[in-house]
Amino acid sequence: MTTIDTNTTDAENTPPVDPNAVSITINGRTVAARKGELIIAAADRADEYIPRFCYHPRMSSVGMCRQCLVEVEGPRGPMMVVSCMTPVADGQIVRTDTPQVKRAHEGMIELLLANHPLDCPVCDKGGECPLQDQAFSHGAGESRFVEEKRHYEKPIPISDLVLLDRERCILCDRCTRFADEVAGDPLIIFTQRGNNTQVMTFPDEPFASYFSGNTVQICPVGALTATPYRFKARPWDLEQRESTCTSCSVGCRTVVQSSRDELLRFQGVDSDPVNWGWLCDRGRFNFQSTNSEDRLVTPQVKSGDSFTTVTWSEALDTVARTVRHARPGSVALIGGARGTNEDAFMWAKVADALGVTMRDAQLDDGLPASIYSYAQATIDSTCAGGTVIVVAPDLKEELPVLFLRLRDAAEKKRVRIIEVSSHQTGLTKYAWRSVQAEPGTSAAALAALLSESAVATQIQSGAVTIVAGRGNLAESANHVMAAVDAVIGAVPSATVLPALRRGNVRGALSVGLAPSDGNDTAAILEAAANGKVDCLILLGADPLSDVADADLARRGIAGAKFVVAVDTFLSPSAAHADIVLPAAAYGEKDGTTMNLEGRVTNVVQKITPRGTSRADWMIAAELLSVLGHDSSVSTLADVQRDMAKAIPGFGATTTAVAVKRDGVVVSVPVAAHSNVVTSAPPRNSYEFRLNVSRKLYDRAISTLTSPALENLAPGAQVLVNPLDLDRVGAPEGGNVRVSNNNSSLVLPVHSSPSVPRGVALVPFNQPGADIRELIRRSDSVVDVRIESI
Amino acid sequence: MARLSEDNIRLAREIIGRYPKPRSATIPLLHLAQEQDGFVTNEAMSHIGELVGATSAEVYGTASFYEMFKFEPVGKFLINICGTMSCALLGAEELMHHAEGRLGIKMGSTTADGKITLERAECQAACTEAPCLQVNYRYRYRVTPQDLDALIDDLSSGALDAEIPAHGTVATVRQSIPADRGVGAVDPDDVTEGPAWLDGKAAL
Repeated sequence: MTTIDTNTTDAENTPPVDPNAVSITINGRTVAARKGELIIAAADRADEYIPRFCYHPRMSSVGMCRQCLVEVEGPRGPMMVVSCMTPVADGQIVRTDTPQVKRAHEGMIELLLANHPLDCPVCDKGGECPLQDQAFSHGAGESRFVEEKRHYEKPIPISDLVLLDRERCILCDRCTRFADEVAGDPLIIFTQRGNNTQVMTFPDEPFASYFSGNTVQICPVGALTATPYRFKARPWDLEQRESTCTSCSVGCRTVVQSSRDELLRFQGVDSDPVNWGWLCDRGRFNFQSTNSEDRLVTPQVKSGDSFTTVTWSEALDTVARTVRHARPGSVALIGGARGTNEDAFMWAKVADALGVTMRDAQLDDGLPASIYSYAQATIDSTCAGGTVIVVAPDLKEELPVLFLRLRDAAEKKRVRIIEVSSHQTGLTKYAWRSVQAEPGTSAAALAALLSESAVATQIQSGAVTIVAGRGNLAESANHVMAAVDAVIGAVPSATVLPALRRGNVRGALSVGLAPSDGNDTAAILEAAANGKVDCLILLGADPLSDVADADLARRGIAGAKFVVAVDTFLSPSAAHADIVLPAAAYGEKDGTTMNLEGRVTNVVQKITPRGTSRADWMIAAELLSVLGHDSSVSTLADVQRDMAKAIPGFGATTTAVAVKRDGVVVSVPVAAHSNVVTSAPPRNSYEFRLNVSRKLYDRAISTLTSPALENLAPGAQVLVNPLDLDRVGAPEGGNVRVSNNNSSLVLPVHSSPSVPRGVALVPFNQPGADIRELIRRSDSVVDVRIESI
Repeated sequence: MARLSEDNIRLAREIIGRYPKPRSATIPLLHLAQEQDGFVTNEAMSHIGELVGATSAEVYGTASFYEMFKFEPVGKFLINICGTMSCALLGAEELMHHAEGRLGIKMGSTTADGKITLERAECQAACTEAPCLQVNYRYRYRVTPQDLDALIDDLSSGALDAEIPAHGTVATVRQSIPADRGVGAVDPDDVTEGPAWLDGKAAL
């Protein structure tokens, strides 16, 4: 707590007075506050707890629950005010400890409990419930209400993941406010009125928000529960450690909670520069994947068509023998972006020891690592002001919490968003300008936009940040790089926020798994297909599922003489491996990770690794010693010591122990690329240009192996503009043939006004026919015919 | 059971144009939907959401706040019998029982022919004329059971059709408002100076 010395009179010695500083008194203590701050927030900083239910520091105040009443000295004596709605004022005298305040708090609790079922013994929230806790700390202990309580059918599912018990609800407006203000999905709302007021969805229209799990976390009672955790544990049985979510590269802070050596729940933690306490549902609920029965638990070697379990020493000997006998320069390594920095660093050491030149942490589905060579932005700097130019995937689908931050910045009019995409995204309605450009034309569209006088004025008016990522997997990454260069050309001071999505892709590329001399995953697979790869090591990578050119992936995996898969599951690619090494999953290992802005935070081990699985860095260290290289590494601290020496930016502040909640932004120098020249051939008017984009829920292994999420993928389909659907002559939802010279497949077709004419939008990696069969990476863009059948 | 008709969409767009923000037109459009179908259908609420840029849930949340929007089919004539203090003291309960017996339905339900719906209402602010009721929100005062019988007879025969239009019929959303009288020209967010009448009074 800081206080302002109000007795200072010597004007010459006082620093300039902050015009926004005010001083208030809470229970006799002087508290420094700022104009506009709420009494409850100032009291929180001064450790004077005021009970509350509806107040949430990350949402607007609504004064719904009336629990936070305090006394403020007024001209006619002390007056009761709602502290979450009343801003501080200089000289304000606040009391939270008078008999009148106590009486008010007890009265409010009694009223809130009048209709509350008090079924705490069977309620999931019991033990961590603000209503329960505050009924004890601020309630009278008994109620005068003897009448029959309200009854509703309970619980009712309001989405696939969230259940609502209206009897427990105290109408605080937190979930409905979150849905509207934070997520922008106002699909739950107060309906009816008076005593019948209840939170409800529209009939038959579920609360299908990617952020629905947050409402469960912020519900101050047990009204909202999530199906994956419901009745699984009691809060007092949970143990927890703070960690970082690596489901995508935003790097949201979480707590990982477990009981009896099983992961049971992730909760969001408020990291101011990153996630503000929010998580997406995928990141929140895919803990189930770690607990899956399908996890790999022992090393296995392929014999014939099936796998045989072997010991770790046999497995590592086999791998060592293979790489020793491999021709020089014929060992390749793909992946590493799903692990920790330490994992990637140790595998990079293995690659160095073996003289491996073919290595890449990406799966030909991102951007060149040179995207990190531009002046870098952070999430905070992006959202702070000016113009944000988005040439990236649908952020709501791929980096959901970054979407929340950008949406917030746009809604509060701090930034103006300019979006160039090939279909309307989740961000489109918050964009100041949104251009839907045909694939292959984004750089040209952006250049044209920048020459408009209103846009030119806008980008000159403040900072410019480019959010750059690979939106369309059927379009060469060069188009995105060209668009970035177009902006940098117009605004040399612009900074870049690289929106590459895989959990630790930036970390892996930074600590040694970036490709050199163009030997990226595509080149590696091509080399393998041509018989030039004797040993292909897959580090949690699944080219058969993730490489957009399915044919290339298939030829590459088939052509590699020996495939080693280090993975948590027997992915389609791992199933083709000659040897499979089980890796520890998220929640089973300590380490550090790097988010998309280069922020290093820690991830923690909460449970014992499944079977004999172990952290990737351990596997790499053991392989090194089997190969006769003394890695002198036996603990995580050893790895971090070596990493601190070898990687600029890493050091004493970036160890798993040293990094705190908000982490440390690390800048690792990366070579720049030369300007790319792109062009896209003209499209035949009877063809469609393919736009293949990811959805939040797809056939990603962590989603597939999480029962709560596995059925949420929308499924393979093709979306076209309503006018184009008429042209094709197919009925809505009917099957069409989608074909080009490479292949032909049948998909259900739907019309969507979000898709511009002439573009076919197909979600990536969905259950159903695989659009990747039509994609060849040698093509700058991919055109297809769509015929009714 | 339908979305708004072509004619009503045209009218809806005109109504939306009267407001600075489209969603301000939500309630007039709900009246329009209720007039079209006799009650507010789910399809109409979704359609209104599309027209004003709100989710169906937001439209439903707004609509369900108001007692006069119905979400189930309602008879051509909605009879609201007041059951609050003055009317209760002067025979409202007997009147309700009589209505139930005469029509063969419970309060809150509709006759099989879809003609008449009975509802119990809160105070209608006509306490000096108790017991009172409303037919499609048109008052009837000091109603005796005999008056009620006569009223039902007239409603059934069509004798009151000219005086009492079908439930849902509303005049205000159909009124013609000249463009210069609309308030839709300026978005409140874009207002930079106060209105003329506020001039010099800002300090108040």
